[in-house]
Amino acid sequence: MAVISYIQAVTQALREEMKRDDKVFVLGEDVGKRGGVFRATDGLYDEFGEDRVLDTPLAESAIAGVGIGAAMYGMRPVAEMQFADFIMPAVNQIISEAAKTRYRSNNDWSVPMTIRAPYGGGVHGALYHSQSVEAVFANQPGLKIVMPSTPYDVKGLLKASIRDNDPVLFFEHKRAYRLIKGEVPEEDYTLPIGKADVKREGSDITVITYGLCVHFALQAAEKLAEEGIDAHILDLRTVYPLDQQGIIEAASKTGKVLLVTEDNKEGGIISEVSAIISENCLFDLDAPVQRLAGPDVPSMPYAPTMEKFFMMNPDKVEKAMRDLAEF
Amino acid sequence: MGVEKINMPQLGESVTEGTISTWLVEPGDQVNKYDPIAEVMTDKVNAEVPSSFTGVIKELVAEEGETLAVGDLMCHIEVEGSTSEDKPEKSKVEETPVQQEKKPEEKKTTTSQKSAQTKQDKGNKKRYSPAVMTLAQDHEIDLNQIEGSGRGGRITRKDIEKIIESGEIPQAEKDSEENAQPSAQPAAASSEKQASAAAASNVQAGEGDIEIPVNGVRKAIAANMVKSKTEIPHAWMMVEVDVTNLVEFRNAKKKQFKEKEGFSLTYFAFFVKAVAQALKEYPQLNSTWGGDKIIQRKAINLNIAVAKEDQLFVPVIRDADEKSIKGIAKDITDLAGKARDGKLTSKDMEGGTFTVNNTGSFGSVQSMGVINHPQSAILQVESIVKRPVYQNGMFGARDMVNLCLSLDHRVLDGLVAGNFLARVKEILEKMSEDNTSVY
Amino acid sequence: MAENRHKSLGLSDEEVLDLFRTMLMARKIDERMWLLNRAGKIPFVISCQGQEAAQVGASYALDRTKDYALPYYRDMGVVLSFGMTPQDLMLSGFAKAEDPNSGGRQMPGHFGQKKNRIVTGSSPVTTQVPHAVGIALAGKMEKKDFVSLVTFGEGSSNQGDFHEGANFAGVHKLPVIFMVENNKYAISVPVSKQLACEKVSDRAIGYGMPGFTVDGNDPLAVYEAVKAAADRCRNGEGPTLIETVSYRLTPHSSDDDDRTYREREEVDEAKKKDSIVTFANYLREQNILTEEIETEMNEEINQIVNDATDYAENASYAEAESAMKYVYEE
Repeated sequence: MAVISYIQAVTQALREEMKRDDKVFVLGEDVGKRGGVFRATDGLYDEFGEDRVLDTPLAESAIAGVGIGAAMYGMRPVAEMQFADFIMPAVNQIISEAAKTRYRSNNDWSVPMTIRAPYGGGVHGALYHSQSVEAVFANQPGLKIVMPSTPYDVKGLLKASIRDNDPVLFFEHKRAYRLIKGEVPEEDYTLPIGKADVKREGSDITVITYGLCVHFALQAAEKLAEEGIDAHILDLRTVYPLDQQGIIEAASKTGKVLLVTEDNKEGGIISEVSAIISENCLFDLDAPVQRLAGPDVPSMPYAPTMEKFFMMNPDKVEKAMRDLAEF
Repeated sequence: MGVEKINMPQLGESVTEGTISTWLVEPGDQVNKYDPIAEVMTDKVNAEVPSSFTGVIKELVAEEGETLAVGDLMCHIEVEGSTSEDKPEKSKVEETPVQQEKKPEEKKTTTSQKSAQTKQDKGNKKRYSPAVMTLAQDHEIDLNQIEGSGRGGRITRKDIEKIIESGEIPQAEKDSEENAQPSAQPAAASSEKQASAAAASNVQAGEGDIEIPVNGVRKAIAANMVKSKTEIPHAWMMVEVDVTNLVEFRNAKKKQFKEKEGFSLTYFAFFVKAVAQALKEYPQLNSTWGGDKIIQRKAINLNIAVAKEDQLFVPVIRDADEKSIKGIAKDITDLAGKARDGKLTSKDMEGGTFTVNNTGSFGSVQSMGVINHPQSAILQVESIVKRPVYQNGMFGARDMVNLCLSLDHRVLDGLVAGNFLARVKEILEKMSEDNTSVY
Repeated sequence: MAENRHKSLGLSDEEVLDLFRTMLMARKIDERMWLLNRAGKIPFVISCQGQEAAQVGASYALDRTKDYALPYYRDMGVVLSFGMTPQDLMLSGFAKAEDPNSGGRQMPGHFGQKKNRIVTGSSPVTTQVPHAVGIALAGKMEKKDFVSLVTFGEGSSNQGDFHEGANFAGVHKLPVIFMVENNKYAISVPVSKQLACEKVSDRAIGYGMPGFTVDGNDPLAVYEAVKAAADRCRNGEGPTLIETVSYRLTPHSSDDDDRTYREREEVDEAKKKDSIVTFANYLREQNILTEEIETEMNEEINQIVNDATDYAENASYAEAESAMKYVYEE
């Protein structure tokens, strides 16, 4: 099995899906000749031509809206938002249109579209190239939000997203693009949207997280294992709708739960996870459910001191895990 | 003069490494700050990397074609004036979040906090989490008797799980007091709570099944059995006894005895006598677990089990060690009669210190008794069967019986229990017309 | 006798009579909706009155067997032309389970019916414009020769989605007809406070497409402009912006009172130009709409509207729990 990077897994999934299905096409800013500012669509323009790897005008609402129109017709567009931070002009199209099309038409119309967007900090991207935006969309029934952590999950879940008959927001951690590498089968496979994945079995504390923070938690768990602290790590993978059963099982397993995100704390994905746990797991809980998150400031500042203060890292996760284990 | 390092810069968001395509300088070259020193290729861009210093290139550490991680050393440059190493503070940005930065100050804080917490009184000891409460209730664990391993002495779910796994479950004080004033009366020892604890949860009757309501005695039995089995860590051992002589002796006597005394001379009376005698020598078995102490009883009051239909009674033969075989046989007859007639009083059943169970009367040859709480052991006397036994260089038909002992492993260990059984065996094997009187 | 204008457009007498019939049907259904609302039977009405000529004239210029319509909330004339029935519309007014637009989920005026290529719409205005562009893009990729017609008000021509969508279609030369039904008001705000330019069609040049302003009370003028635009689309010449100028004869909706922001005289004046009146006059002058035909047509339409009302009123609502259905594919 080849070891490839997170972003190579994105490209591989796109290429395979475009080969497999003529209805699949890519649109966005700089996705064509340039192959994307992060090179996620590298090589696709040469392979599939400008009609299927479409450089659009710089207008996010049109990228989403045109994609929705094409999807309603029956195509399978994969729209790229250059940065998750820039998805905001498209929010009306995503929430008012894509999310509600099937429901409002009583199942007559649907939007089989995927919107990809790089999110996350730790790349000196400052306020507008570092944000996590999943919480904006995570109370919108009709949408699915996928946030994979590993190249293997990226490929399987991106393919599943493209084949899904409903709109999927596929958020890719930009710090993970070249940092995270892993084994990815060359053959075709998909992974189920809506299923969390146990990334590490353990019995002392449960960490529930997603995206790059999964790796922080795994690293911290290895260190803590030397101290005899055995962490169970659940990767949500899909942050909306949440895998309630998976969360309940993981939380009940140890009764001590740490929820980690690099997004702001209040009103985030992990807050909903916490609510699920408190509704279902009271008599298995052995400690208050803990949230480790970014501070409640608007976004990640540019200066390295402040960026580091905001950004999640393995040390912060390790400290919180140890603290909970000692409770 | 000092030597500075030039490291691989991060050329673009998400870039983690760069390849040096061409060096634009060589050792000895004078460069100004921001002069290009190398062409570097990354996934995202091809760029000229500028020098961060004015000085003379000293050594090119990386070679052309070599791929370096962001932050890795490219070359050394000799500069005028002090170097960054001399500077008191340098705000170093974490280049890759996966790198573990050592932060001694922070660790120290954690440690001191921790020790401060340890010094605190056991403030969290009595703050139970829902999981701990639930487990404690389900398993009737007295949380007061548990040392917590959590912060501030808090009892954690893991602490409880370990205890349940070990089987050594500390029960509430109430029970210890009961231990000090033992009562073998099944009904008296029961309570609704224990009975409900004994109830199997969610058992549904199917079509054609018969549902039999559980009456008070049954409930009390159930509660006592549950209490005994959940609280007392049972251990078990068995000896085989050759009672050929005893059988001969008893058979020779029984007719005459019955005619003379008006009641039967049962084997059981011999066994009870032997046990009472052995208990006198091994008082460890005539005792009770008292939580922080073990209470050895002076009196040897032996409960015997008497079954009646769906009821089980354990009346007491008082001071059995002081009674003759005849006296014991008489007590057995009386108590059994009372049990059959429903005339047993609570006085008849109080104060037992050890139980002997005549399981042999059902034809059983082996059984594992449940200790009569709060005693520390129970002896099951099984059926006497004729078996070929190798003895004195030949096989002979011998009357053999198994004695099965259940013991509270908190109170007793295998050694003393084994010695006790060996003694009982010895007494029984020696019982014969020559050396035993039934009077 | 006035000049015959429809023959030169390739329209037969029967076709123009049918066109008028559809306009009249839209008007009559709309009027019935108001009555039902004022009788407390349906909670909401939003009207097509004053825009029927533009809506039906434009639709008849298209190939209604393959072209796509992305109507906005006033476009009863468009959806009737594209195959939705009076009964369908009444079911929507009453929010009944059989409503093909949404099964009673959306307010009236939120049209959508896949089998007739009427693309589902929402309440935030102008979101349908990029959708029309996307559908045209898909058609181009699939090498189909259909056209997508998207309609919206002059107020919506200020929304980013109009500009983003028009620009996208212009850049990629997509077969889209952007039709602005300028009825002079965005709820209470008059066009003078909506646009700095004289006409909405002035905006076309910025997106590299031709722009035309036509009389929205004249279905033949609209027909002609849309027909030409559709031809350009099918020839690969890209999109067109058409502005049809008419007047909103009713308040914005059943919840609005237009007397607070416009004079009655202005409305009365506009009613003289009402296409239902003026186009009927034209057809009478052409001897197409005879007294006999007109009576018959009125009676027939009344009957259809009555039947549709009765049917819809007696139809069932969707099961309450069916509100849980179709969030995702099932």
